[in-house]
Amino acid sequence: MRDGFKDREHLLRMAALFVVGLAAFVVLRGVLVPADFGELGHYRSSAIDDNRALAPGFAGRALCEGCHDDVVEARAASAHARIACEACHGALAAHAESPDEVLPELPAAAPLCVSCHEADVARPSWFPQVESSEHAAGAACDECHAPHRPEV
Amino acid sequence: MTVNRRRFLLDSGRYLFMTAVTARAVEHVLAGTPEKAPEYEMYDHWWAMAVDIGLCIGCGACVRACKTENDVPLEPFYFRTWVERYHVPGGDIEHPVVDAPNGGYDGFPARPEVAEGSKSFFVPKLCNHCAHSPCVQVCPVGATFESPDGVVLVDKTYCLGCRYCVQACPYGCRFIDPRTHVVDKCTLCYHRISRGLTTACCEVCPTGARMLGDLKDPDDPIQEFLRSNMVQVLKPQMATGSKVYYASLDGSVR
Repeated sequence: MRDGFKDREHLLRMAALFVVGLAAFVVLRGVLVPADFGELGHYRSSAIDDNRALAPGFAGRALCEGCHDDVVEARAASAHARIACEACHGALAAHAESPDEVLPELPAAAPLCVSCHEADVARPSWFPQVESSEHAAGAACDECHAPHRPEV
Repeated sequence: MTVNRRRFLLDSGRYLFMTAVTARAVEHVLAGTPEKAPEYEMYDHWWAMAVDIGLCIGCGACVRACKTENDVPLEPFYFRTWVERYHVPGGDIEHPVVDAPNGGYDGFPARPEVAEGSKSFFVPKLCNHCAHSPCVQVCPVGATFESPDGVVLVDKTYCLGCRYCVQACPYGCRFIDPRTHVVDKCTLCYHRISRGLTTACCEVCPTGARMLGDLKDPDDPIQEFLRSNMVQVLKPQMATGSKVYYASLDGSVR
């Protein structure tokens, strides 16, 4: 009987330790795991907002065309009409936001033109391509071709 | 029950507290956490991309635009999207010669020695935004996930940089950012598409070889693209649920 009582004491101590440990775990977990973790899955749902936080650098064609309707008109009948403005002119959301303060730089024609139109076997055959070394005899592309309406 | 001053103060205190809690909860529900922006409803979209290999001219505009838009390190081995050039000699689809100098960022120098007698084409690559993503499955801390609108995103404050996901991705679409030492990958320009813009790569693609699409929108042009083209995803045998659909994809592409 006496031994039994002693054993019970041991068990109670163990149980107490276990309960304290469990409580510590629950408290620590509550403190360390973000409140929104697990709302939508095994992740922090506010991480979705973090991914949205970045500001766009490319304004998008629609925004450009809102002001530059003269260019839209110039390009309308051209093979280049479908190309977005920022494909050549670069990311210009800053310019769209403050048009007078941030001015876009005019891209250099030659390297830009050949990035698409230099002949390469891997380019689809329907696409207009030239060997730039032979095609223009050293003349700049935009001496003959207007970039917004390249048809001669 | 008599209402004395003490009881009145206690009760009104309780009711005030309860109202505050309820108000907070209602605000939470109405705001539609986590998107919080009433104009963008996550559950109304299921994003995908269509790539037409027959239209890709390998100009690298998408690679440059992506690096600009998403502040990707300019060193040659960090890409969220890149372009590969395939030369398939004699139609032997088991042994293609593939190159992607600087991921296509500076274009592709001619390689006449492999081009002769080859079938040649360009393949733009990016995160496939798998619906059953291997990279998400291996993340030990829940730092990467498939969002409710079908985009595989990274929680950069949670990522340990353990690189499990880099190894798990069958498409090689992830890298460790040398500045932050955590993983980085294509977000499908999540900051843009949730504002109603298209991705940077689709925006600048001069031939329209890449097209962002919303599979939940029956009027999205991607539906017509998927109907009228023979489409395939990369490594279909891995059952990743890839959502980047390629038209005219050659069997040599891995």
